[in-house]
Amino acid sequence: MSSKVEDKKMTGKPDFDPTRRSFLAAMATAAGVTLAPGVVLYGISKSSSANAAATSDVRWGMLIDLGRCDNGCDDCVSACAKENGLRGFGRPETDAQWIRKVDIKNPETGYSKSLPVMCQHCENPPCVDVCPTGASFKRADGIVLVNKHTCIGCRYCMMACPYKARSFVHETLEDQKPHAPRGKGTVESCTLCVHRIDSDRQPACVEACSDTGGGAMLFGDLNDPESEISKRVASYASQQIRADLGLNPGVRYRNL
Amino acid sequence: MNLRLICIAMLAVTLVSIGSPGAVVYAEEGNAANNTLLPVIPMGQGDACVKDTDFMRRNHMELLKHQRDETVLDGVRSEQYSLKECLDCHAVAGSDAKPVTFTDSSHFCRSCHDYAAVSIDCFQCHASRPESGILTDDHQFSGVFPGTAQVNGSE
Repeated sequence: MSSKVEDKKMTGKPDFDPTRRSFLAAMATAAGVTLAPGVVLYGISKSSSANAAATSDVRWGMLIDLGRCDNGCDDCVSACAKENGLRGFGRPETDAQWIRKVDIKNPETGYSKSLPVMCQHCENPPCVDVCPTGASFKRADGIVLVNKHTCIGCRYCMMACPYKARSFVHETLEDQKPHAPRGKGTVESCTLCVHRIDSDRQPACVEACSDTGGGAMLFGDLNDPESEISKRVASYASQQIRADLGLNPGVRYRNL
Repeated sequence: MNLRLICIAMLAVTLVSIGSPGAVVYAEEGNAANNTLLPVIPMGQGDACVKDTDFMRRNHMELLKHQRDETVLDGVRSEQYSLKECLDCHAVAGSDAKPVTFTDSSHFCRSCHDYAAVSIDCFQCHASRPESGILTDDHQFSGVFPGTAQVNGSE
C-alpha cells in the first residue's frame, strides 16, 4: 500500500468539519484581542511549569512503533499501575485498566501482534460528547480527563468509547496516590500522566518503555513542527486505530 | 396565687436538676483536659498555616475548591492550597506511629467535622494521610496485577 493511499485512509473525515468550529473560535479570539488592545485574555506561552495553565498551543500525542514492541513485554502496563496506584481485586473483568496489551490476529495470514492500548486522547472525544454532567472533558492541551468531582458514575462514556479505554471503580479505595485520586463510583482512564506532564516529565509508560522495554513509545507535542514526534509522523506512515471514526486520536501507531 | 408559686418553684427545681449534673457529664465527654465542649484540635507542623487561623477556620473549603478546579481543569499545580499540603502538615500519628486515616476519629479533619456534624466526601477519592513513610511497592501490588487481561481481535 502506498503511503499516499494510506494517509488518505487515515485522515478519513466525518461528515461534520471540526476545523470549521476552531476557525470560528480563532476569529472570535482575534476579534477580542483587536477590540481590547493591551488586555491579555489568555496566556499565549506554552505550559511548562507546574504553576502555568495548559494551553491549546500544545497538542500532546504519542507514537508507538510496534516494530519495537515485544509481544511478551508489559513494562508499560506495570509502570502505569505503579505510578497511579492501580490495584487489582482478582476480577479481571472489572479491575481498572488504564493501559492494556491487546492481542490482534489476522485470521487470513495468521500474523499476530500485541499492542499497548490506552485512552487515545481524541481530538473529538465521544466520551465528552455523551457525558451528562460535563465531568468528561478535554483539556486545552488535548488530554482527555474525567473530573471526578462532577462524575456521577453513569458510565455513558464507557459505552461511547470505541477503544474500551475507561474503567469504573467498584471498590472502596484507600491510600491512593496523591497525584492520582480515584474512588468508588467514578469512571477513570489514562490521564497521559498529566501530573508528570505538568512538571515537564514524560508519562510513566513511555519512561518504562525506553528504560527497560524496547523504546517503542515516543511522547511529544504534535503541534510543534520541531518536536521529534512531529518529525517522525511527517517522515513515515503511521496509523490511528479506527481512523474511520474521524476522532483524530493523539495516539498513533507504526507498523500496525 | 399559691398554685402559681408552686409552679415557679417546681420549674426552678427542674431546671437546676437538668442543668448542673448534665452539663458536667457532657463537658467530660467533650474534652476531659479542658473541661469544655469544644473539639480537640491537633497541632500542625511548622510555624504557621498558609493563612491565619480565623480565616482558615471559615474558608479552608473555599481555598481547596478553588485550587481543585484550577488543578483538574487547567493543570495549575501550585501547592499552596492543595489538600496534599494540608495532610503533610496536619497528619496525626496513631498508636503505631503511622499517620491515621479518616476512619480514625482522631484524624485532624474529623476532630472538627464530627463536632460540627459536617460530612465530607474528599477522602472517597483522595488519600487521607500523607504518602511518605506509609506505602511501599509491595503494598501497591497486593492482589492481582491489573491490565494483563488479553482481548482478542482481528486486524
